[in-house]
Amino acid sequence: MNPHRRSPLVLVTAFFVYFFLYAPIIALVVYSFNASRANVKFEGFIPSFSERVVTEGSLVKSSPCGPFHWYCDLAKNREVIEAAKNTLTIAFTATTIATIIGTMAALALQRYDFKLKPFSQLSLYIPIVIPEIVMGIGILTLFSQVFGWMNNAFSLSGDSRWTMGLGTVIVSHIAFMVPFVTLVVQARLQGFDKSYEEAAMDLGANEWITFRRVTLPMILPGVLSGALLAFTLSLDDFVITFFTNGPGSTTLPIYVYGLLRRIITPQVNALSTVWILVVLAAVLLLQIVQGRESKQHS
Amino acid sequence: MLKRLRENKSAQGTLLALPTIIWMMGLLIIPLILTAVVSVGKRSPDGNVIYAFSLDNYIRLIGYSTDCANGQASCFDPLYVSILGRSLSLAFNTTVLVILLAYPLAYFIARAQPKQRNSYLFLVLIPLWTNFVIRVYAWMILLRQEGVINIALGAIARFLHIPFQPLDMLYTPGAVLVGMVYEFLPFMILPIYTSLEKIDNSLYEAAADLGANAVKTFTRVTLPLSMPGVVAGTILVFIPVMGTFIVSDILGGRQVILVGNLIQRQFLDARDPTFGSAASLILMVMTLIVTYFYTRKFGFGEEIVVA
Repeated sequence: MNPHRRSPLVLVTAFFVYFFLYAPIIALVVYSFNASRANVKFEGFIPSFSERVVTEGSLVKSSPCGPFHWYCDLAKNREVIEAAKNTLTIAFTATTIATIIGTMAALALQRYDFKLKPFSQLSLYIPIVIPEIVMGIGILTLFSQVFGWMNNAFSLSGDSRWTMGLGTVIVSHIAFMVPFVTLVVQARLQGFDKSYEEAAMDLGANEWITFRRVTLPMILPGVLSGALLAFTLSLDDFVITFFTNGPGSTTLPIYVYGLLRRIITPQVNALSTVWILVVLAAVLLLQIVQGRESKQHS
Repeated sequence: MLKRLRENKSAQGTLLALPTIIWMMGLLIIPLILTAVVSVGKRSPDGNVIYAFSLDNYIRLIGYSTDCANGQASCFDPLYVSILGRSLSLAFNTTVLVILLAYPLAYFIARAQPKQRNSYLFLVLIPLWTNFVIRVYAWMILLRQEGVINIALGAIARFLHIPFQPLDMLYTPGAVLVGMVYEFLPFMILPIYTSLEKIDNSLYEAAADLGANAVKTFTRVTLPLSMPGVVAGTILVFIPVMGTFIVSDILGGRQVILVGNLIQRQFLDARDPTFGSAASLILMVMTLIVTYFYTRKFGFGEEIVVA
């Protein structure tokens, strides 16, 4: 019996599910070339290039960028650039901190016995089993109560008032990232052979050198995949950011959501397309790197 | 001091875990406790919280009221209970549909030639890594009255010479269901695939040798061994669907209000954090109860971390 034989029913359903997964994305990309500013109907591609943008009603007749008119429009949008900057700042900062403290916690949970160990381990599962909105409004309430109290207590006003912003978003992102980093690194540590560390210690290395030269290189793939997971979670996050952001800390998902509630021009589609392409490139790169690494090991 | 720390293993462990413990306490446990405290508080006229103990918010959620229109002493308004019920049934329907769609695809990938498996899996990951908000928006383009689905249906109708009226699909409960299924499908495919892939081929050979047909092999071998994946996937789908408010917000318009929308509006438009906190706490308790009974029956799969 051929183990790779699948019934036609499975093949048809699999094809249908792939179609279901990709049809919306294809439509999204096609509409980014829409000539219609209203973007309700697809009115064809923008037919020609010209020195200046020529419009007729809500139709774009020609543009310096031709069919790519909305992409050029996007590149000039200050708000998008600002939001992209915020998104990356938040993701990089939060990932760095979450990876360091998450790895420390994984080491503690896997190697040591201490009083708070059962509590720490259990608390890591909380973000998985409660809806994100519950966590989001909890953090929002905490910040608004604490900030309100501080502002009153020190009678702060104007710019010195404590408000929501990049800081609150970063701190909150770290909170939902740490459990994922810790669990991934812990899984890696479970299959760890301790004799390498013992050998290093026997040869006279102290704890720090042993960690830096032996332990860290061995768990590095786990740490990196934990960091990558945390990074993508942060880039993608909507709910927690929605409740913890403030003036000047709008991220791309928040910005797009805001647009969806107002007028939607094909610029949103152009932004989505660029975003998908960037993610695709990053994932492909990662696959290549991982493929090379696994080849080196075998 | 340093020397004593070097000998005290327990203190070292605590110290290493300390930042994480602080973060989990400060941004997970304390906010949850605060939510509970605020939920029994009262709303001040300007939308702030007055710390008190009153169960008014919970009574309001249940729908019991003494301020009735027709002069009765007490009456019952099922508005909020029906929102909770709608969210539960939507989460249930979404999960069932997602399992029905994800299982065949996961099976297809798991039984593919090992070399092709990664490419098939990669095709599942691209939609997953496309931003959540963007994916909801994509369905707006498809479901609109002038949208892609109506264009396609119209073309088919013209071809068959049937009169065609564009369907109203956006801003209906069906649109929200489709959006939810689409958003969470990859979260079911990955864990089911992980558990299907672990099944040893020799088990299929043994089943065939013992005379089992395809159906019997599936019900007696494949399905039981892939249950951990289905359970993990269900948790990864059911819980977020219960709390999500973007899908219903964008694809349901004002027609479909879920618990998530109710909570969000209390914090933004209605400015009643006490009532929002009570609703949020009820939502949390509901998901915990469902998860508890579900995992007690089927076990808590480790596939959850893999995904």
